[in-house]
Amino acid sequence: MTKASKVSLIKISPRFRGPWTLLKKEMLRFWRVGFQTVAAPVITALLYLLIFSHVLAGHVQVYQDVPYTAFLIPGLIMMSVLQNAFANSSSSLIQSKVMGNLIFVLLTPLTHFEFFFAFLCAAIIRGLVVGLCIYLVAMWVVDIHVIHPWMIIAFALLGSALLGTFGIIAGIWADRFDQMAVFQNFIIMPLSFLSGVFYSIHSLPPFWQKVSQLNPFFYMIDGFRYGFFGQGDISPLISLCIVGTSFLVLALVTLKMLKSGYKLRV
Amino acid sequence: MNPAIKINNIHKHFGDLHALKGIDLTIEQGEFFALLGPNGAGKSTLISILAGLIKPSAGAISVMGFDVVSQYQKARQLLGIVPQELVFDPFFNVREMLRFQAGYFGHGPENDDWVDEVLEGLGLADKAHTNMRKLSGGMKRRALIAQALAHKPPVIVLDEPTAGVDVELRQMLWEFIKKLNRDGHTIILTTHYLEEAEALCSRVGMMKQGEIVALDSTANLLNKFAGKKLRLTLGDVFLPTEIHSLLRGQEKGVFTFALSDMAQIELVLSALRTANIKVIDMQLNEADLEDVFLSLVGQQ
Repeated sequence: MTKASKVSLIKISPRFRGPWTLLKKEMLRFWRVGFQTVAAPVITALLYLLIFSHVLAGHVQVYQDVPYTAFLIPGLIMMSVLQNAFANSSSSLIQSKVMGNLIFVLLTPLTHFEFFFAFLCAAIIRGLVVGLCIYLVAMWVVDIHVIHPWMIIAFALLGSALLGTFGIIAGIWADRFDQMAVFQNFIIMPLSFLSGVFYSIHSLPPFWQKVSQLNPFFYMIDGFRYGFFGQGDISPLISLCIVGTSFLVLALVTLKMLKSGYKLRV
Repeated sequence: MNPAIKINNIHKHFGDLHALKGIDLTIEQGEFFALLGPNGAGKSTLISILAGLIKPSAGAISVMGFDVVSQYQKARQLLGIVPQELVFDPFFNVREMLRFQAGYFGHGPENDDWVDEVLEGLGLADKAHTNMRKLSGGMKRRALIAQALAHKPPVIVLDEPTAGVDVELRQMLWEFIKKLNRDGHTIILTTHYLEEAEALCSRVGMMKQGEIVALDSTANLLNKFAGKKLRLTLGDVFLPTEIHSLLRGQEKGVFTFALSDMAQIELVLSALRTANIKVIDMQLNEADLEDVFLSLVGQQ
């Protein structure tokens, strides 16, 4: 068939076709390499689960009535959601910049807000897809109950939005892949590993508890985990406020960067 | 009727470099216009400002009456730009890329017939489902042009579109672009192939060091600057000094002179006779755009 198909499953108003097209392209981009963008992080999270639960189960009891393996799962899910949301927007932008094909988007009438919306939504969707896959596979291993599903949804959405936005900032700022690696290796990885994914911060000395509270990842992981067990290291509403405010601040910074054309338009 | 492009006193500074020095240029709707100049003249900077990729230091550009900065959405809707660099997105095939590109401009499935026409016109129909990564250089160039046309813009800017494209593909491309021009699209072309500009464009602007040094119809430029070209095969000789000013080139004993009128032929020949230099062969040609170009911008 050489002629284009006339069938469109989703009818989109011409006003919104621009951002919708960019979102669709960004989603297809990660879906085309799903083995790398979805399957690989799911397998990595399951390996963490397998190793840490095997080594520490029976030795560590964080919450009463919650086995360590069950405690681990929400943290691993949220860590993967955050890392993949960041990876999606940042890698797409840096690849497009280095390969030069970002020009196809820059030449269009898309506004800075539409650009932000499309990259943000694609990042959120990839984060949630990875998180959902880990949850579905983990269900086979451990019996996990959900106490506050809306908390889980709120933290997953806000957390992935926050990291997706941070990924856009990193993608705009970085000019080379090694600069992007600085973000991955020196910001995202340490903050996610030191956020209480594998432990409760109450198990740390008081000084490190204070330090942990400066880590925004801690609030996202703890709030997300609260949704599963109904208990956490800090009030989920405080966490929600901190994560929500952080997202708003980063979103405003990103929109300002996009509007001014920082590093995109000379 | 608003002009297709109106450039009003555009300046661009990159640090200490004054890349564009007050460019004024108006291109009417339906024109086939060539923007020529040596590397570093400022052509691509000017096009990038038009495209919104570079911000001007001063001045304004409008596309069919819409300012490219303050009314950028409307201006970009009317503009299709073929970038100079051979860039592509390796995740998608040709048709997907064209649909995305049209989609960014608000076009949906109703635009598919036009996408098919572009694919046919550029000889890409059988590559529609081929991944961009797997296309040859010439095919990638054609896909790049197709992307710029995907939203059917009335004003099309082609920045060095035939660089690295073989003769057959070039002919196909120009036939398609000429058809678009006949259909009312405004075409602005930058190229290093001056014979292309001469054959296709009704008007030419020449840039040198950030300024427009010539702006006229192709025919007027040829009449005004070029005159005739006299090619004499003389062998290994030293030319008399009085005809050095007319000399434009010398290669393997063949000397090319630029003459403003026929009377200068006798001037050259008599100087050679006086110097006892024998003419082995002689050719007299009409000058082309390359001669105009060299006479205006060649002496840097």
